[in-house]
Amino acid sequence: MNSIAEIWVYLSASPLLWLTATILAYLLALAISAKLGGTPLANSVLIAGVLIIVLLQVTQTSYISYFEGAQFVHFLLGPATVALAIPLYKNLEKLRRSLLPIAGALIAGSLTAMGSAVAIATAFGAPADVVASIAPKSTSAPIAMELARNLGGIPSLAAVLVILTGILGAVIVTPLMNALRIKDYAARGFAVGVASHGIGTARAFQVSEVAGAFSGIAMALNGALTSILVLVWVLLSQA
Amino acid sequence: MTSKSDDGNTKPRITPASLLAGFAILIACQLAGETLVSIGRLLAPSFVFPGPVAGMLLLLAFLGWRRRLPIGLDAMATGLIGILSLLFVPSAVGIVQYGGLILEWGPPLLLALVVSTVLTLLVTVGTYLALARLSNGEKP
Repeated sequence: MNSIAEIWVYLSASPLLWLTATILAYLLALAISAKLGGTPLANSVLIAGVLIIVLLQVTQTSYISYFEGAQFVHFLLGPATVALAIPLYKNLEKLRRSLLPIAGALIAGSLTAMGSAVAIATAFGAPADVVASIAPKSTSAPIAMELARNLGGIPSLAAVLVILTGILGAVIVTPLMNALRIKDYAARGFAVGVASHGIGTARAFQVSEVAGAFSGIAMALNGALTSILVLVWVLLSQA
Repeated sequence: MTSKSDDGNTKPRITPASLLAGFAILIACQLAGETLVSIGRLLAPSFVFPGPVAGMLLLLAFLGWRRRLPIGLDAMATGLIGILSLLFVPSAVGIVQYGGLILEWGPPLLLALVVSTVLTLLVTVGTYLALARLSNGEKP
């Protein structure tokens, strides 16, 4: 008994434990998703995240010690984001031919993402700092945290709302687009990239490379545009 | 599924060195992107942009200019994008730290997120399709 406790102390201090757990939870999530016939409801980020959260609670492990192992997976997000240039390059001609829809859909989508979230949160009587935290929810986490701070919001709440928005969009997009019988995968991908940043983009790549490529560019453009819109918002409210 | 390619039949083989070179290109672009963003912040402190996304745009510009995709870069990128969902798991688990915040504002915020996400998807895809039809009458 004592030796088992010692082994646990040893293992839980090693980054290997939670690195392995993260990858195994993801593989399990993929298996569960496949077992359920690949339904978008069984989103792999969602399932793996829930599995790990339960494990952390059961073993009384803090997020900080979890992240010591998980950081190696997290680090690859940077190079993987750069890697989105490759499917974009492969679809460069299609991208060039679609500049008008890209520009229009970006502006309409970006304004809707921010405006509707702010309007609904305000309607529910959420305080100003909560409203400021939900405004940038469709951008990726580092942008959203910074923008929330500039708007007088709570960066950590913004990060949570970003993750939830990502998972929601990834779960909703396929059934929604199928119900509307939309077969243009560039349009579908672009929409989920604007609405749900990288997590939406990861989902888009599970559906088609074209959708993934257009989702990637949508994520990049929406990050930039939201950042500009918030800048204007801050300047106007100061004036 | 293998990635499609319309290059010639005689393709160079993927070697450990070409894969490593591919990874080097990716992190070098990220580094360049991060550097560019921090220089930009000196000029416009309120404008935020993530370094990796800047790196992606730099790499796209570079590939568009060179018109050649190194095979190792292609393979490395395909591999990383194939596990893109996994890479978001550590951030998603980070939600546990804010259980209190979520419980306090949970139902209205969740409703705002669901409605806003559905609206954003609809408006974006609708605008995209309408403008695509406008700009090229014939099907692509």
